[in-house]
Amino acid sequence: MDQHQEHHVAPSSMYYAIFAILICCTGLTYFVWTIDLGFLNIVVALSIAIFKATLVIRYFMHVKWSPILSKMAVATSLVFLGILLVLLSMDYASRGWQPKSTGWEKHQVTQ
Amino acid sequence: MSDHSAVLDAHQDEHVAHQFANAKQQYESSNLGMWLFLMTEVMFFGGMFGAYVIYRTWYPEAFKIASTATNVPLGAMNTVVLIVSSLTMALAVQSAQLGKKKMLVWMIILTMFFGAWFLGVKAIEYSEKWHHHHVPGANFIWEGDGGREVQILYCLYFAMTGMHAVHMVVGLGIMTWLLLTAIKGHYTPKYYNPVEICGLYWHFVDIVWIFLFPMLYLI
Repeated sequence: MDQHQEHHVAPSSMYYAIFAILICCTGLTYFVWTIDLGFLNIVVALSIAIFKATLVIRYFMHVKWSPILSKMAVATSLVFLGILLVLLSMDYASRGWQPKSTGWEKHQVTQ
Repeated sequence: MSDHSAVLDAHQDEHVAHQFANAKQQYESSNLGMWLFLMTEVMFFGGMFGAYVIYRTWYPEAFKIASTATNVPLGAMNTVVLIVSSLTMALAVQSAQLGKKKMLVWMIILTMFFGAWFLGVKAIEYSEKWHHHHVPGANFIWEGDGGREVQILYCLYFAMTGMHAVHMVVGLGIMTWLLLTAIKGHYTPKYYNPVEICGLYWHFVDIVWIFLFPMLYLI
């Protein structure tokens, strides 16, 4: 059995650097919001949020140095979230679709 | 096989529970277990995010108008406060790894302080909404067009920030327990799993807010 149990201990400087980037990103989100970019406002705001979340997961939550099973759990949760959001959107997007008339109903009305 | 030596190893460390071969296996199991729980949390918040995406697509104009009535400076401040609390939490885990007990205790106290600060600001925001009649229900009043659609956004606003706040309250409870055990000196560089795991929970709640802030306040 592998008795090696030394965990990676990241230096404080790394935590402060990640913290600084997170604060800058929050400032950037706020700044971009004051400019009207139309549809792009949503894209930019969510892209920055995804970037921030990635930093927190990788460095603050130590996923970068986590066992492979934990990494798989993180990836799987994102896959499940993707399935949920994509299938939900597909369902709602196709709600209003009417089945195409095959012709005989129309024929009946005109008779 | 090395089963016998593993049993001996486990007996050498008082913190390793009997069902684990060694400290490493125990650490990895607890880490995986917490991530599996967080997976269910992702799906829990994911459902509300899905509701938001659909209504946001259906009523883009109403949502745009409604988000102008949220208090952006307070929301932005809360974002910063939560990121600071995440930093102190990460430093708490590092202190535990390095065996700095005093630092660990102070970092947990700071994390709790910023968590409480966040909830205080949230309470101010909620009372503001209450006074402006922006709480969905019989007393909801909206000057302007699309009151019905705007009310949907406020339903989502209260559901999502409310569930997030509940998670913060639970987090503060967990932190209280962590603080008491840390003061008693339960954590050493060899055994700090609970600190790491509580940290994962705290960071997760921070990530949820990272998404809620732009979604509900800005766009």
